[in-house]
Amino acid sequence: MTTTSLAAAASTGEAVQFWILGTVAVIGALCTILMRRAVHSALSLAGTMIVLAVFYLANGAYFLGIVQIVVYTGAIMMLFLFVVMLVGVTAADSLKETLKGQRWLAAACGLGFGILLIAGIGNASLRHFNGLGEANAGGNVQGLAALIFTKYVFAFEVTGALLITAAVGAMVLTHRERTEREKTQREQSEARIREGKQIPPLPAPGVYARHNAVDVPGLLPDGTPSELTVNPTLRERGQIRDVSGAALDELKALEQRSEERLGRSEEAKR
Amino acid sequence: MNPVNYLYLAALLFTIGAAGVLIRRNAIVVFMCIELMLNACNLAFVVFSRMHGNLDGQIIAFFTMVVAAAEVVVGLAIIVSIFRTRHTASVDDASLMKL
Repeated sequence: MTTTSLAAAASTGEAVQFWILGTVAVIGALCTILMRRAVHSALSLAGTMIVLAVFYLANGAYFLGIVQIVVYTGAIMMLFLFVVMLVGVTAADSLKETLKGQRWLAAACGLGFGILLIAGIGNASLRHFNGLGEANAGGNVQGLAALIFTKYVFAFEVTGALLITAAVGAMVLTHRERTEREKTQREQSEARIREGKQIPPLPAPGVYARHNAVDVPGLLPDGTPSELTVNPTLRERGQIRDVSGAALDELKALEQRSEERLGRSEEAKR
Repeated sequence: MNPVNYLYLAALLFTIGAAGVLIRRNAIVVFMCIELMLNACNLAFVVFSRMHGNLDGQIIAFFTMVVAAAEVVVGLAIIVSIFRTRHTASVDDASLMKL
């Protein structure tokens, strides 16, 4: 173990590391709250957490540094990303304010709170740092284990109960009980006929012999695209490629090209 | 550099997280801001541990991490079940105590 990182006062190397990575951490935190899409927020937060792991290591908390990467960046943030993907398309925040002036008030509150907190730290007498050299002498993990299993053993046991409760709670919340019998295929088809809305299967996307991609809606006899043929997810994202005007555009381009060529050949004759 | 700077950084990160909770309305992002605040507290605990020269602060940070993991599991399950019934993750739309 290095002695410099355990020393009471930080070395120049640690200062350089602090200023560079601290900037990254603050930028990541700001991106977390300012990005519109939840996926970008999650990735920025993951970056901030990795930087914090490096800070833990620099402060002599070797076990916590590794746990931070494994548990936070590895498990929790991936769980977040998983849920963002599950919630999916509508995850982007709307920018419409429901309460008037709420954003500015919230930002002002945050600023005031930050000033209060930082002024409090500035006023406290925190000049003396003992350093962890003595506490970490027998190894950081060994020191933590000795404390957890003696002084904090009750808290540790309660933590086990908490984890089991959380696991059961998550299962209860996400598990859906089926209250009625599943419909058979016959009943489903009978219901469809009775409704009379869409009796045959939905039409397939794509235009015969031209485009067969799933984002191209099929054309109706009058040449207009049919929304029914495209997947509702693509419809909601606005990722439909309309090719109803393509044939006319191509014809126009062909006419223009032929005109250019003919015009040039006539010029050459002269 | 004085290690107190770590405490200033922790205070800054906590403030950013608190402002995020107030500003954002997507439940998932609000949750991420809460995680950011917990992380800032953990950093402060680790630095206090270094200041006092014992490992108690690191133990508290460790327990905070466990509680945060349990909280994320239950919270995300709640968000998913709200999303299933209301088809939105915005905290404005979940204005009733029932699903």
